Amino acid sequence: MATDTKKVLFGPVVDNNPIALQVLGVCSALAVTSSLANALVMTLAVMLVTGFSNLFISLIRNQIPSSVRIIVQMVIIASLVILVDQVLKAFSYQLSKELSVFIGLIITNCIVMGRAEAFAMKEKPGVSFLDGIGNGLGYGAVLMVVAFFRELFGFGTLFGFEVFTLVQNDGWYQGNGLLVLPFSSFFIIGLIIWAIRQFRPEQVEKD
Amino acid sequence: MSETKKKETFRGTVGFVFIICLVCAALVSIAAVGLKPLQTANKLLDKQTKILEASGLLAIALKAENIKALGGESKSIVDTYEKYVDAKMISLATGKVIEGNVKSFDERADARDVNKSSKPEDDIAGINRQADNAVVYLINDEQGKVSTIVLPIVGSGLWDLMYGFVGLESDLNTVKSVIYSDLKETPGLGAEVLNPKWKALWPGKKMFDEQGNIAIQIVKGGAKAGNVYGVDALSGATLTSNGVENTLHFWLGEEGYGPFITNYRAGGLN
Repeated sequence: MATDTKKVLFGPVVDNNPIALQVLGVCSALAVTSSLANALVMTLAVMLVTGFSNLFISLIRNQIPSSVRIIVQMVIIASLVILVDQVLKAFSYQLSKELSVFIGLIITNCIVMGRAEAFAMKEKPGVSFLDGIGNGLGYGAVLMVVAFFRELFGFGTLFGFEVFTLVQNDGWYQGNGLLVLPFSSFFIIGLIIWAIRQFRPEQVEKD
Repeated sequence: MSETKKKETFRGTVGFVFIICLVCAALVSIAAVGLKPLQTANKLLDKQTKILEASGLLAIALKAENIKALGGESKSIVDTYEKYVDAKMISLATGKVIEGNVKSFDERADARDVNKSSKPEDDIAGINRQADNAVVYLINDEQGKVSTIVLPIVGSGLWDLMYGFVGLESDLNTVKSVIYSDLKETPGLGAEVLNPKWKALWPGKKMFDEQGNIAIQIVKGGAKAGNVYGVDALSGATLTSNGVENTLHFWLGEEGYGPFITNYRAGGLN
C-alpha cells in the first residue's frame, strides 16, 4: 500500500509527467515561467485545484449522472479556481496582480480536467486527492525547471536575487531577450522531454 | 464508459446539477464576500504605496523605527499617507477642486462610464476615453505646506495602457518622479520603466520650458548631460518610450491637468 501511495504521488513527477509525457497544460507553462516566484505560486495553485477537484469529484463520482459529468466537473473546478483567486487577492496582492489572468485560466488547464475525467471518476477519494497533488507536483517540477533557466539567463536573477549583474545595471551580463518571452519555454520544455526520454526510453512513442 | 448503477432520469439529473451549482455558488459567494475587506485594503495599500513612492515619502514610511513604532509595514504606510497626503478631486475641464468622495473614486470605472467621461480631442496618449474628474494628491511637508503634487497618469505603451503617477514639486514644473504602477510591457525591454536606474533619471528634470510650453522629451541614444528637458529612452523599447513621452505631454496639456496647473500657480485652488 505504501509503495502504491508513493507511486500515485510521485509517479507523475518523472515517470508519468503531465507536461512531459501527456503534454497537457503547456499553455500556462509558457506564460508563468518568466520568474521562479510566479512559477512557484502557480504550482501551488494548480496543485490545490487538482487535488481538491479530484477529491470532490471522486466523493460524488457514483452520483454524477454520466450525461452531464463534464459540466459537473467544470462547475467544481471553476469554483475552486475562483476560491484560489480570491484568497490570493486577499493575502498576496502583488503576486495576484502579476498572475491575474493566469490563475483564472487554471480552469482551462487540461491537467485538472484530464485527471478528473481519467482518474477521479473511477477511484476512491483518498487516492484521487493524492493523484491530483502528484500531478500538480509533476506540473510544478517542469515549471520550476523552465523558470529557473528563464529567470537566470533572461534576467540574471533567481527568485529575484541578483546572480548575474545586468548590463542595464552597469554589470557584464546581457540578458537573453529570447528567454524573457513566453515562447522560449517551448524550447526548454522540448529539451526537458528529450532529456527525460533519454533516461526513460519506454516513454518514446512508437511510430 | 458509463456503467451507471442507477437509471438516469431527467429529474434526477436536473436536481443533481441544481444542488451542485447551489453548493458551489454558496461557497464562492462566501469567499468573495468574506475576503472583500482584505482585498479592498490591499488595493488601497498598493495605491498609497505608489503615491508615497512618487512623492519620495516611501523611504520615511519604510524606515525601520517607523515600522517598529507602528507595528508593521502596511500600518506605517497607511499612517504616513494619512499624515502627509491630502487627496483632492478636481474637474479636469476647469481645473477647479470639486466635491467628491476621493476614497471611492475609481478613474478606470469612470473612464468606462459614458456619462462620466469623454473622448479627448487630440488623443496622443491613446487612452480612447478620459474620465471627467481626477483625484490629485497634495503632499504636505512637516509645516503643512504643499511640497509635492502627485498626479495620476495613464497612456498607451506597446501592449496596453500603462497606469502610473508623476510627482512634481510645488512649482508644478520640476519633476520628482515618474512611477508606473500597472503595466503589461515586455519584461526586460519596455518593463524597464520600472527599473530603479531609469526612475532615478527623472528627479530634477523640468516639464515646461521658460515660455511655459511642455518641453519634456524622451531622447533616443541618451540625453546630453545637463539637458533638463531630456530623459534617456529605454534601449530596445522605442514604443514604450514614445508612450511615456506622449502620456506626459497629454496629461500636462490642456486636455489633461493644464487647467489645474494654471489655477494652482495662480493660487486659485480654493
